[in-house]
Amino acid sequence: MATAHSRTAARLMVSPAVILLFLWMIVPLGMTIYFSFLRYNLLQPGTSFAGLDNYYYFLTNAAFWDALWNTITLVVGVLIITVFGGIGLALLLDQPMWGQGIVRVMVIAPFFVMPTVSALVWKNMFMNPVNGMFAHIAKALGLQPYDFLAHAPLASIILIVAWAWLPFSTLILLTALQSLDREQQEAAEMDGASWLSRFWYLTVPHLTRSITVVILIQTIFLLSVFAEILVTTNGGPGTASTNLPYLVYAQSLLSFDVGGGSAGGIVAVILANIVAFFLMRMIGKNLDA
Amino acid sequence: MARKTTQTRKAFVTAIAWIIGFLIFFPILWTILMSFKSEGDAIKAPFAMLSSAWTLESYGEVQERSNYLRFFMNSVIISLGSTVLALVIAIPAAWSMAFVPGKRTKDLLMWMLSTKMMPAVGVLVPMYLMFRDFGLLDTRTGLVTILTLINLPIVVWMLYTYFKEIPGEILEAARMDGASLRSEILYVLTPMAVPGIASTMLLNIILAWNEAFWTLQLTTSDAAPLTQFIASYSSPEGLFYAKLSAASTMAIAPILILGWFSQKQLVRGLTFGAVK
Repeated sequence: MATAHSRTAARLMVSPAVILLFLWMIVPLGMTIYFSFLRYNLLQPGTSFAGLDNYYYFLTNAAFWDALWNTITLVVGVLIITVFGGIGLALLLDQPMWGQGIVRVMVIAPFFVMPTVSALVWKNMFMNPVNGMFAHIAKALGLQPYDFLAHAPLASIILIVAWAWLPFSTLILLTALQSLDREQQEAAEMDGASWLSRFWYLTVPHLTRSITVVILIQTIFLLSVFAEILVTTNGGPGTASTNLPYLVYAQSLLSFDVGGGSAGGIVAVILANIVAFFLMRMIGKNLDA
Repeated sequence: MARKTTQTRKAFVTAIAWIIGFLIFFPILWTILMSFKSEGDAIKAPFAMLSSAWTLESYGEVQERSNYLRFFMNSVIISLGSTVLALVIAIPAAWSMAFVPGKRTKDLLMWMLSTKMMPAVGVLVPMYLMFRDFGLLDTRTGLVTILTLINLPIVVWMLYTYFKEIPGEILEAARMDGASLRSEILYVLTPMAVPGIASTMLLNIILAWNEAFWTLQLTTSDAAPLTQFIASYSSPEGLFYAKLSAASTMAIAPILILGWFSQKQLVRGLTFGAVK
């Protein structure tokens, strides 16, 4: 069907996208790798070859291990809340009810709120220990208001980020649920299968793939949470809520240590690639279908 | 016999769902309500706050003090600009991959996707330095460029999955009937492709509007969009609840409305077609 002529045309049509993405991928990443081997500080003139020093300092810095731990805690914490919450909500929204459209709209809304807004709204209007909603509630109950962002900074950020991502998992799992084979469900019900066994043997296997997709895609985005931390805690107190992206930002743009920041960036890239590897395999498998 | 229990059950499910939905939506609702209060009333306890007088003063003040409209226009220009640019580059690419697939089309698609997996911090330093050296820091041009690039893989993918669904036979039929390539594209393909392109556009505008890594890193004032505008409230101005609420409401309202129209496309776009 496709002639040689149309093949050439097709190649021409693809090439701008390919060339641009190739440059975008290779040039800055190449530069980051190059910088990561240099002694390069924006406040000091000149650069010199540093070998693996930057990596050595970055990886042996206590802040890195804190940041790595915080990054993992953040990702896992948000995933637990959003996956289980998402399954529950999707199952609920899949039931017949009145005003389903409106409930759906309310549940999905947080996803469209920009990260700086959601972080500041939670920080000031809800978690503020003096005038926040939670403080008002605590006072009304005769309790001492709790300063969330000072005493549990990472947990608070997990809550904020989970709130923003819950709609995503809910929406995807709901979409998956709706493609469930109703007749199979009914047949199982006729045969006397209990709700639990129907859920476990029919619904869960059907959802597995979507859950995997949710986990992988969210992980990609959650590994680079940044704005929420910047506007709420600035990574603090100390390094209590510093994750890897924030640490790299602080090192390169606040301390002007280009070499060290670049080494950190490469470490982050390697981490993300481990996740990306599995995600790509999943999506690739699906592409044939 | 099941009739009665179904109705009771439905009422029960409805109640639970509405309560949970309301709780999830509550922070947004609260922000919107608070934006119509005076600064003094906004910090009152919840019930006192609700019963206080309604006013539009915060909106006026936000515009007056920080020129909200300029940030809004930056957001519009950056998100629309990057979306249109990404579409211009992606439509031909997705088109040819969907209709003239080669041996390597799949690899190409997967590779494009892999560029999206690279964390932004990995290229933060060189991008910042390049932007500085080329005078692109705090310019709309710079941001449009970078947002185009980061969203290009998603745009190509989404378009590809939509174009894939256009049956190839219809083209052959048109050709048989003697349609020229031009009229084939104009009268047969375009009408079928428009819905997919529109959904892709919608999703991309939302993603670009809310992008909060590069917009925060690469702008300070001139080209700063709403993400940066809100970030300027981080402290201590954030304690002016009514103004923060008004600013937030204005920043999220346009996209909240657009977003509600694009629920379905959202799933498809963000899962790269893995869940439809």
